[in-house]
Amino acid sequence: MKQFDYVRPGTITEAVAAAAQPGAVYLAAGTNLLDLMKGGVSRPDRLVDVTHLEGLDQIETLADGSLRIGALVRNADLAHDADFARSYPAVAEALLSGASAQLRNAATVGGNLLQRTRCAYFYDTASRCNKREPGSGCDASDGENRGHAVLGWSESCIATHPSDFCVPLVALDAIVEIEGRTGRREIALDELHRLPGDAPERESVLEPGDLIVAVRLPPAARGFAAHARYLKVRERTSYAFAVVSAAAALRIENGRIAEARLALGGVAAKPWRARAAEDVLRNVAPTADAFQEAAWRALADAKPSGDNAFKIELARRIVVRALLLAAAGTPARLPALPASPFASTSGAIHA
Amino acid sequence: MNHSISLTVNGARRDFVLDDPRVTLLDLLRERLHLTGTKKGCDRGQCGACTILVDGKRINSCLALAISHDGADILTIEGIARGDQLHPVQAAFIAHDGFQCGFCTPGQIVSAIGMMREAQAGDDPERIRECMSGNLCRCGAYAGIVDAVLEAQAGMDETNQRRSA
Amino acid sequence: MPELNLTSAPAHLRHGSNIGQPLTRRDGVLKVTGRATYAADNHPPGMLFAAMAVSSIARGRVVSLDVAAAKRHPGVVDVMTPDHKPALAIDPDIKTNPFVFRMEVLQSSEVRYANQPIAVVIAETLEAATEGAALLAPRYEVLPALVGLDAGESYVPPVVGVGNPAEHHHGDVEAGLASAEKQIEAVYETPPQYHNAMEPHAIVASWDGDHLSVDMPTQGLMLSLARIAELFGITHDKIHIRSPFLGGGFGSKGLMAGPPTLGIMAAKLVGRPVKLVLRREQMYGPVGHRAPTRQRLRLGADGEGRLTALDHHARTVSSTFDDFYEPAADASHTLYAAPAIRTSHDAVRVNTGTPLFMRAPGEATGSIALESAIDEVAWACGMDPLAFRLKNYAEVEPISGKPFSSKALRACYEKGATRFGWAKRPLQPRQMRDDAGLLVGWGMGTATFPALMFQAEARAAIRRDGSGVMEIGAHDMGQGAWTALAQIAADAVGLDVDRVEFKAGTSDLPDAGIAGGSAHTATAGAAIHSAGAAVIARLADLATTDERSPLFGAGNAGVIARDGRLIRRDDESRSESYAEILARAGVAEIEARGTGAPNPAAMEEYAMHAHGAVFAEVKVDPELGQVRVTRMVGAFAAGRIVNPRMVQSQLFGGMIWGLSFALHEEAITDRRSGRIMNANLGEYHIPVNADVPPLDVITVEEHDPHVNALGIKGVGEIGITGSAGAVANAVWHATGVRVRRFPIRIEELLTQL
Repeated sequence: MKQFDYVRPGTITEAVAAAAQPGAVYLAAGTNLLDLMKGGVSRPDRLVDVTHLEGLDQIETLADGSLRIGALVRNADLAHDADFARSYPAVAEALLSGASAQLRNAATVGGNLLQRTRCAYFYDTASRCNKREPGSGCDASDGENRGHAVLGWSESCIATHPSDFCVPLVALDAIVEIEGRTGRREIALDELHRLPGDAPERESVLEPGDLIVAVRLPPAARGFAAHARYLKVRERTSYAFAVVSAAAALRIENGRIAEARLALGGVAAKPWRARAAEDVLRNVAPTADAFQEAAWRALADAKPSGDNAFKIELARRIVVRALLLAAAGTPARLPALPASPFASTSGAIHA
Repeated sequence: MNHSISLTVNGARRDFVLDDPRVTLLDLLRERLHLTGTKKGCDRGQCGACTILVDGKRINSCLALAISHDGADILTIEGIARGDQLHPVQAAFIAHDGFQCGFCTPGQIVSAIGMMREAQAGDDPERIRECMSGNLCRCGAYAGIVDAVLEAQAGMDETNQRRSA
Repeated sequence: MPELNLTSAPAHLRHGSNIGQPLTRRDGVLKVTGRATYAADNHPPGMLFAAMAVSSIARGRVVSLDVAAAKRHPGVVDVMTPDHKPALAIDPDIKTNPFVFRMEVLQSSEVRYANQPIAVVIAETLEAATEGAALLAPRYEVLPALVGLDAGESYVPPVVGVGNPAEHHHGDVEAGLASAEKQIEAVYETPPQYHNAMEPHAIVASWDGDHLSVDMPTQGLMLSLARIAELFGITHDKIHIRSPFLGGGFGSKGLMAGPPTLGIMAAKLVGRPVKLVLRREQMYGPVGHRAPTRQRLRLGADGEGRLTALDHHARTVSSTFDDFYEPAADASHTLYAAPAIRTSHDAVRVNTGTPLFMRAPGEATGSIALESAIDEVAWACGMDPLAFRLKNYAEVEPISGKPFSSKALRACYEKGATRFGWAKRPLQPRQMRDDAGLLVGWGMGTATFPALMFQAEARAAIRRDGSGVMEIGAHDMGQGAWTALAQIAADAVGLDVDRVEFKAGTSDLPDAGIAGGSAHTATAGAAIHSAGAAVIARLADLATTDERSPLFGAGNAGVIARDGRLIRRDDESRSESYAEILARAGVAEIEARGTGAPNPAAMEEYAMHAHGAVFAEVKVDPELGQVRVTRMVGAFAAGRIVNPRMVQSQLFGGMIWGLSFALHEEAITDRRSGRIMNANLGEYHIPVNADVPPLDVITVEEHDPHVNALGIKGVGEIGITGSAGAVANAVWHATGVRVRRFPIRIEELLTQL
C-alpha cells in the first residue's frame, strides 16, 4: 500500500475541500478501498476519513414520507432496522444477500453506492484496463469474461457494477444527496453511475470533492412494500457476487398491477433500471405471461460481450421469477437465505 | 507523521503512537501488540479469519485502518475467556469438534459471538449457516461449527431465562 | 524376553482404553483461545519483515527492478535479488531425490510461471516491506505463455504420481468393448485447483552463526530439514524447525518450497530474524496445486450389466521445468471388476508452478470422472447405479488379482443406502421435486483410497514417577495428531492418556515421516506402538528378572501393561506399578525406540485400500440453474478408528472437498497471459457454511490384520473420492443434464434445462 496522508476533517465543508485535491479519496469503512489499495489498483496520496463526521449516520423519516438514510449508516444497521425492512423489504433483502455479516457491519451506504467493479482485469494491475488506466485497452474483452456485462457496455469496457443494494434502490427511484464545492445538490441514483462509453474511468457523475451525504427514498417507494423481492443467482449459496440479480416491486390494486418497478444487477456498469419492462406491466394482471413479456422487454437490447450469452437468458428468467415472487407477496419474515433461489429448501420431496 | 491513538483492547485501554497510517487493525494487533490469536488468512475481507468485535460488532480487521478507529472498543479471541473459564461458545467448539487445523477458529468463535449479539439467527440452523458464511473453513468443520453455535446459544438462552425469572 | 506380542491380535490390542475413544482435541483449548502458535505468530527480538515480489508474466525474463525506489521507502532495509543474495550450497534446480522439487529462489532472472518470486524486500515493518515490493516495478522480456491442456506436443511421462507407471494393461480392452452390449465413451474435464489452506505459507527464520532456527508449517519435518541442510550446506544438527500447528496443509506444505527458503536466505542476508508470509494471491504459483485433467473413459457392459472393459485415459500438465503428474486414471485400478482394464496418461508442459499432491492426488480427479462414467453406463444398461456397482463388485483387486487385506465396501453400500433412503430413488432422471418446485436428484459414488505406510521412528520412555513420554516428530495439520497419536501412545505404554507426555511437531524428535498419503496415523502410530512395546518389554525385563518383584519368573506366561502397572497374564492378582519397578531398579527413566514401516511381504500378498460409499442429494432451480447440495451420507470402512470424533471430522472435510470439486472450485487462467485471474478467496470459490448441508458419516467396522500393527487405514483423503462423483451424479439425476466439465457451472445447466 502506497504511503498516504491521513486527514480527518471536522466538518463536511472541510472534508469536501480536502478531498477536492488531486490524488485525494474519501475513506469510509474502507471495505472496498483498502482492498483496492492492497492490490495496488488504487494508489491515493491522501485519505480523507469521513467516518467521524457528525450527523451522517441517521435514518430518518421526513415530513413528506420520504426516508433519508445517512451515508455513514452501516449496511447491516439499515437492513436490520425493523421499520426499514418492513417498508422496503426488497432493499433489506438485497443488503443481506451481499458480502458477509462482517462486511455488512462495516460497509456504509455511501460506500456501497461507489464500490468498484469486480472485473478481474481491473483488479489485475498487469492487465490492460481502460477503467484503471485510460486508453490502455481492455484485456477483458477477449479474456475470461463469462461474468461481464450484457447491457450498456462499450468496446472500451465490459465491466459490471457489483452492488446488490443499488438494484432495488434504483428501482424505487432513490435519490442521492451530494455535498460538493458548490454546495448541496441531489440527483436520481439512476443518474449517478455512468455507462462506460469511451470513458470508463468516469464511473459516476461525481466531481472532485463531491461527498455523498445521504440516500433518500421518495414517499412512493413505500407503496411497494407488500410485493417486493430481490433475487440473486450466485455461484455459492452465500458470500458471492451476483451472476445476475433482479429487484421486482409491484403495486397491485384490485388484482391488477397499478405500477411495477424492475431493476437488474450484475448485467451492466450500473444498476439497470428496466423501464420498458415496467411499462408493459402497467394495468395488467400479474400473470406469468405478462412477466415473460416484461422479461423480453427488459433484455431487448442485451448482447453478449464475450462468453456470457447465458447471462441474457438467465436475466430473463430471473426477471420472471422475481416478478412472480413479488406478485406472490412479500414474506412476513426475511428468508433464512436472503435473495436465494433456495430461500426455502426444507420442502418435502415428491417423486 | 505520527498519530496518537487510543483503543480499548479486551477491556484495557491502550494508548500508542502510530508511525504509519497504513497499519490495519489486524496488523496492529498481530505485529505491534503481539495479540496473534486473530489470524490473517487473505488480508482482503474474503475469509473471515481476522474477525474481531469493534464496538460490539464483528468486522474484518484486515480491512480496517487502525487510525480510523481511534477510540474504538475492541474484543479479540484473547479477550473471550474469563481466565481459565472458557466462554460457552469456546467450550462448544471443542465439544462439537468445530475445527480441525484451528486457524480459522478464532475468527469463527468471535464471529459466532458477534452473531449472537446481533440476534438474527435464533435457533434456525439454516440462518446460522447463512450468518456464519463470512468465515471460511478449508478443513470443512462447518457441521461442528453450526452444532456448537446451536448448543452455546441454547445454553445462553437458558441462562438468560434463569436470570430473568 | 518376556512374551509381549502386541502385534498378533491388533483388533484386541492390549486392554487399551484410549484407542477408539472419541476424546476431544487435546490442543482444543489452545485453539479456541487463540493461544495455539502458528508460524507467523512468532516474533523473535529484532525481527524484520520480508515481502516477496512476484512475476506478473508467465514466461520470459526480468529485465529490470527498481531497487533504488524500494530502498528509498522509509523502513526498507534491503532488497534481495538474483544479483544480491546469499549463496546456496547447491543449485536449487538439482533434484537430489524424487521428493525434491525445483524451486525459484532468485537463482536467475528467468520467469517460468506467473506469481514466481522475483525479489524479496526486507523492512522494519510489514507495511514498508509490502510497499517496497510494489515499488520494484519490474520490467520484463515476455515470451508467449504455454497455457492449457493443449499447450503443446503431448508426451507420456515416465511415471505419474509418486513413481507409478503411466500405463497399465490388463486383458484386451478393445475386444471387451467390441463384445459389449452397451458402451459409453465420455470426456470429463477437471480444472486446476489450489490447496488454499487457511494459513498462508509462512516462515520465521533466525540465524545464530551457522545455527538456524525456523518456525514454519510443514507436513514433513525431516524432509524439510534435509532440504534446508543441503541448500544451505549445514548439518542437520544445526537446524531446528518448529511446526507445532499447521493451519491446514492438504499437500501444499509437504515439501520445502521456494518461499520459505527465501525467508531463510533473507534472514541470512540481513543477519536478523525475518518473517515472510505469503499473500493469498502468492499461493497461486510457488507452493503447488492440483493440475487440470481431461479424461476419456470408455466402458462396455454386457446384457446383464457386467463390465466387459474399462479404458481410462488422462491428459494432464506439468511445469516446463519439473515433473509431477496427476495420476488420475489410476483411480480405475481397484474399484470395479472388469476383465479388461487399461489406464494411461499423457501430458503437456505449461507455464505453471509445478503441480503437486493435493488432497487425494489422482484419486480425486480420477474418481469424479470414473464415478460419472459408471453412472452413465449404469443408465445405459437401465440399471440402478448401486445395483450396477454391486454387479461389478471387485472381490479381488482387478488388475493385480490380489485379495484385499480387508474390504467392507458391501457393508458401506448397504448402510449408506439404508441411511440415505436410496431404495426410493426413481431410475429415471428429473422425476423428483420438492414443495418449492425445485428439482431434486440423488446420486452416489464409490470412495477408495490406498492404505499406505511410510517410515517412522519414535522414542518412548517410562519415568520414575510412573508417567510416560512419547516423542515423535509428527505433524498436526488439523487431522488431530496431537490427540490420536497420544491415544495410541497411551495404549502403547499402558497408561491413561493424561499420564503420557506426548511430544511432537519439532525437528529434534524422531522422524515421523511425512503427514500425507493418509498414512500419518498408521505410520507414526506404528512407530509409537512399537516404541511403547519396546519400552514395556524393557520394563518387564527389569521386573520379571528381579526376585523381589511379584512378577519374578513371569517370563513365559507374559505380562500385560495396564493403568501404569505390569500384570501377570495368567494371574492378575500379581502386578506391580511402573514406579515401583523403576524405583527398585534405581533407574530414573527407561527408554526404547520403535519403528513403523510398510510390510513388504503383506504388500506382496494383499491389496490394501480403504473404501466407502457416498450418497448425495441436490436441489436445482429448474429455471435458474443454481445447484445446492441438501444432504450427504457417507459410509466408510477404513480399518481401525483411533478417534471416532476426529475421524468423522476428517471424513466430513473430505466430503465437503468433494462437493467443492463438483460445484465450486476452479482456478481461472487467462489463456493469453497464463495469469490466474481469481487468485484470491473471493472469486476462487471454496464452500462457505451455507453451501454445506447436514452431513452424515457412518464408519463401518473393519479389522484388518495385514495393513499394519494397528489395523489403521487412514481417513484423510478418502472422503473427497466418491463424494465429488455422487454430487455430479445427483445433478444429472435432478435435471437429466450430464455435465462433464467440472465444476458444474450454471450456464451448462441453464442452456439445457
